[in-house]
Amino acid sequence: MAPQGKLDLDPQVVDTARRLAARAAEPIIRMARSHTTVSVERALLRLTGLTGADDEGRPWANHLADAVRDQVGLEHGLALPVWDALLNGPHRTLRELAEAAARGRTSFRLPAGTDAAHAREAASAAARGGMDRIDRRRAERDELLVQLPTPDAADPPRPLVYLIVATGDIYEDIPQAQAAAREGADVVAVIRSTGQSLLDFVPEGATREGYAGTYATQENFRLMRAALDDVSRELGRYVRLTNYASGLCMPEIATLAGLERLDMMLNDCMYGIIFRDINPRRTFIDQRFSRQIHARAGIVINTGEDNYLTTADAVDAAHTVIVSQLLNERFGHEAGLADAQLGLGHAFEINPAIPDSFRLELAHAQLVRELFPGAPLKYMPPTKHMTGNIFAGYLLDAFFNLAGVLTGQSIILIGMMTEGIHTPWLSDRDLALENVRYVRDACGALAEDFMPRPDGMIVQRAKQVLSESVELLERVNDEGLLTAIAEGTFGVTRRPPDGGKGLDGVVERADGYYNPAIEILDGEDPHARHATADSGQEVPA
Amino acid sequence: MTVETTGGTQAPAQPADTRQVIRPYGDTTGDGMVQMSFTLPIPAGKRADAAALQLAGKMGLDPASVVHAKPMGPDFTYFIVYGRVGHLIDYASIPVPEERAYPLLSSQEVNLAVRGALNRRLVVVGACIGTDAHTVGIDAILNVKGFAGEKGLEYYREIQVVNMGAQVTVEELVERAKAEDADAVLVSQVVTQKNAHLHNTKQMAAAFHAEYPTAVAAGVGRPLLVVGGPRFDTVTEEDLGVDRIFGKGTTPAEVASYLVHALLPGHAVDDARQAAGEEGEDGR
Repeated sequence: MAPQGKLDLDPQVVDTARRLAARAAEPIIRMARSHTTVSVERALLRLTGLTGADDEGRPWANHLADAVRDQVGLEHGLALPVWDALLNGPHRTLRELAEAAARGRTSFRLPAGTDAAHAREAASAAARGGMDRIDRRRAERDELLVQLPTPDAADPPRPLVYLIVATGDIYEDIPQAQAAAREGADVVAVIRSTGQSLLDFVPEGATREGYAGTYATQENFRLMRAALDDVSRELGRYVRLTNYASGLCMPEIATLAGLERLDMMLNDCMYGIIFRDINPRRTFIDQRFSRQIHARAGIVINTGEDNYLTTADAVDAAHTVIVSQLLNERFGHEAGLADAQLGLGHAFEINPAIPDSFRLELAHAQLVRELFPGAPLKYMPPTKHMTGNIFAGYLLDAFFNLAGVLTGQSIILIGMMTEGIHTPWLSDRDLALENVRYVRDACGALAEDFMPRPDGMIVQRAKQVLSESVELLERVNDEGLLTAIAEGTFGVTRRPPDGGKGLDGVVERADGYYNPAIEILDGEDPHARHATADSGQEVPA
Repeated sequence: MTVETTGGTQAPAQPADTRQVIRPYGDTTGDGMVQMSFTLPIPAGKRADAAALQLAGKMGLDPASVVHAKPMGPDFTYFIVYGRVGHLIDYASIPVPEERAYPLLSSQEVNLAVRGALNRRLVVVGACIGTDAHTVGIDAILNVKGFAGEKGLEYYREIQVVNMGAQVTVEELVERAKAEDADAVLVSQVVTQKNAHLHNTKQMAAAFHAEYPTAVAAGVGRPLLVVGGPRFDTVTEEDLGVDRIFGKGTTPAEVASYLVHALLPGHAVDDARQAAGEEGEDGR
């Protein structure tokens, strides 16, 4: 981490900002704790191992969830009706039960008395099995990180180089990801096919066709993780894999990521609402579950504050980034994420034609660094001012890399000089990595020598952005977060609480609601087993 | 090296744009020099350089030189090549491109034009109709997220967007358009099996024409009907009964500019541009 305190921020102002963010988040958290969604319920089925889809690609998890919802509703959770039906036979597995349900040949009920107790016990055991698998995956990663150390573990830590592949075909993505890793990528992100965030199901199997990206499926996750494990061993450096827990299936995708040992997931508290018009309630409920899973799985979330800067002016909107980061931090902590799992996002998007644009970028980046000293910050490269002049773009990316190194950013997403022209070519990535390698090696520990002048332009600007953030948080608190979102406070568009996609998948929990995954996630310290493993003790049975 | 020009003997004072037969320019008129870069799927080395030169030769570079060759992993090599092309461009034969019938506006200009001419927000209702579940097109145009680096119509402060999503029936669309008093209806169609996109669109257009029998023109008594999708290139607006078809690669700004052109009086744009100049940097 960079040395702290270069900006002389007033700790009281920082405390105030955090307190306001916590207060704004509180009613949303209460709402998330008292509701469930179709995707949260399907996530339980995914956790307990239900895979596969019918001939038309509709997953059995969706068939089963829909059948239960039609017959008994979701307000009590899927677990009791589903495991009650399993116990009563004749279907031996969730898959058989789901196939029968899809044919309309199963009737579900809400069991009572001892039947309910039995169903509860069976569902709980199934969920425990899935959770154990997620725990084992986390332990596996911990072990690999020791055997195959990564730059963030060096002393002093060096930024992780984050790079995107997106061919649409998982079998093309794999060699590209491996090539990128050999050239120095520490984190590989596979961008999803356009529009997947709006699908209310997770596609199945290995996929070879996507639009500007590759579908997130359990099998694609497994294939890519295995390929990166191979190249990690070859390089003696663990290469992390990233995907997207966003959109309508956030909880299910988070679960699949935990089961397949993905390492980072994009997971922002408001992105889907603002930029994808997904219903705000649906998003916050799905998000809490997905973050609890991420916490348990040791996955680092990446938040999407860069988007606020691409839709608005990056100078005017700088404080909206801070406000969103504080909210993401609060929602993340509440869901059990540790600071080291909060990959808060920001970006280098100030118009290069503005005088002092680089100084302003440094002020913003250093401010974020000092506000969140324990977070693996994700710094994103210019996109808005990449004009197609690839030569000028290469220069701008070098300045971005320089800002990242100077301000001690943790995860540097590598800028492509062909940004906005096409998805990156092999050579684009190679040149981009050459750029970041040069800056990283040439600067060394230059961050030590970067000491903004007390009360100079950079310090003043950082303080100004922080005080604007506090003002905005005060306004959000006066109105309530849902109202603020409805009135267009974030991004540029109004998103009312009862608008957007996916509201029909939101259900208020009834008394006696039961979801064994939530029981485990709410009831246990997500990092307990991890901590025991760290100290070298046996995990108690 | 000489440059061939029409008439051949013009005095040097002749303006450059009358020079009709041209070659690329490095540092000397007519030197024909170009730069290019590419990757070949072969290991780096002398043989790879020869392969790169062969490609350059086939592309018409003579002479050519590989100034940079870099291995990218064991199986690929990246080249930067300079060379001289002998090709001549007959500039006179290249027609001046037809201007778009309407100017491409910035979001700020669109907002100002709407505010100035309507004094209310312009209402757009969008949907994927029929069984088509592919909202990629309509979302690219409407969602803030947008397309090709451009923000969607939701980003425009003076455009009110109602995005009904996928699998919307024509009846639902007509009903919603009436309820919202829509200025324009945007429909996207991706699925083309059995010409579903054409049938759906015709059905939609017919329903709107039936629902607004007294309409004088698009936007006068009925909403403007706009359809988009990758496979409408064989049909015309008249065939389908709509006001405008947009094809593959259409960006939100093109659609927004068209809406302004089709729905607002002609002077709205000029007024907006003038106001934009006065108002300064307020894009939203």
